[in-house]
Amino acid sequence: MKKLKLALLLFVAVVAASFTLVTSEKGYEIGSIATDFTLKNIDNQIVSLRDMKDAKGYIVIFTCNHCPYAVAYEDRIIALDKKYKKLGYPVIAINPNNPEKQKEDSFEKMQVRAKEKGFTFPYLFDEGQKIYPQYGATKTPHVYILEKTNKGNVVKYIGAIDDNHADESAVKEKYVENAVNALLNNKEVSVKTTKAIGCSIKV
Amino acid sequence: MILNFYKFIVLLVTLLLTMLVSAQKVVSKPLLTYEKEGIKLNSYNYSGIEHLFHQKNDTTYVVNFWATWCLPCVEELPHFEKLNQKYKDGKFKMILVSLDFPKMAESRVIPFIKRKDLKAEVVLLNDPDANSWIEKVNKDWSGAIPATIIFRNEKRKFFEKAFTETELENEIKSLLN
Repeated sequence: MKKLKLALLLFVAVVAASFTLVTSEKGYEIGSIATDFTLKNIDNQIVSLRDMKDAKGYIVIFTCNHCPYAVAYEDRIIALDKKYKKLGYPVIAINPNNPEKQKEDSFEKMQVRAKEKGFTFPYLFDEGQKIYPQYGATKTPHVYILEKTNKGNVVKYIGAIDDNHADESAVKEKYVENAVNALLNNKEVSVKTTKAIGCSIKV
Repeated sequence: MILNFYKFIVLLVTLLLTMLVSAQKVVSKPLLTYEKEGIKLNSYNYSGIEHLFHQKNDTTYVVNFWATWCLPCVEELPHFEKLNQKYKDGKFKMILVSLDFPKMAESRVIPFIKRKDLKAEVVLLNDPDANSWIEKVNKDWSGAIPATIIFRNEKRKFFEKAFTETELENEIKSLLN
């Protein structure tokens, strides 16, 4: 009987492990608990989500210097941080690219770009490119909105910032704003995932 | 009388089929045609190129999504161009869909086509609401480029990655008759 229990336990463990493996390959889905990280900011300080004690959640954006789609969204990302940091949803930008493959995305160039544009949010370097695969980011820009709960940081939205990268004045759906507004009002996020064209992450 | 009725039905069906087939061949009107240095470049919204993905015939189609600023795209394009030259006289059609911003059409895309001497057909896709069409191209596409879809009739393969020449040729061969 004991042997049977042990075998059963082993079976469950193997099944669970294989599921975990599948999830980690594909990255997060809505409802996943997102990992925290310890990454270097452009001011050489180390940043983790847990350090932001007052936050109700986070707007995590994988973005970079070189990608024209990311550049097209820089001003809108600054505006998001200005609007939502004080409401408890700060922007945390992470550059996932390997600077050996994309020179414009080096740590030094990140510092330059952040200064030029006056970034109001942390712009972190995913050194060794360990964080973006856990999230499942595939491109820049790629947004993950996390809600801080007692179970951890729950993924509530994955996708684009809005529905028009080319022309802000022609935007019809502000996906990220709508999602954060819903979370701030304790409502269900209506559009949970969207897709947009972006630059593949350079490994 | 009954015979006539059957004839009528057959005629009607033939007529409808002809209309359907010819409708599929209609090349949609571009949003704009850019022209510089003797090279023409048509821009479309997604509905203008959607028919490409629904071709039902013996031709093998290769549709590649790229942009001049996308380094891995630019690196793999010579393979596409080379294989297009190799297979274009058979039942084979390649379309290179540029996702460059429209304001770059004349300043970057056309000069790029000229510099790289691209002979495969290039179109500019100008449809910013990508969430409305990315999954129509392929449900597995996250939106990152380069991305390539290779298909013949119902056989369809999608790749969100950059190719080596050998890899691309093997995939093309796997679908050719």
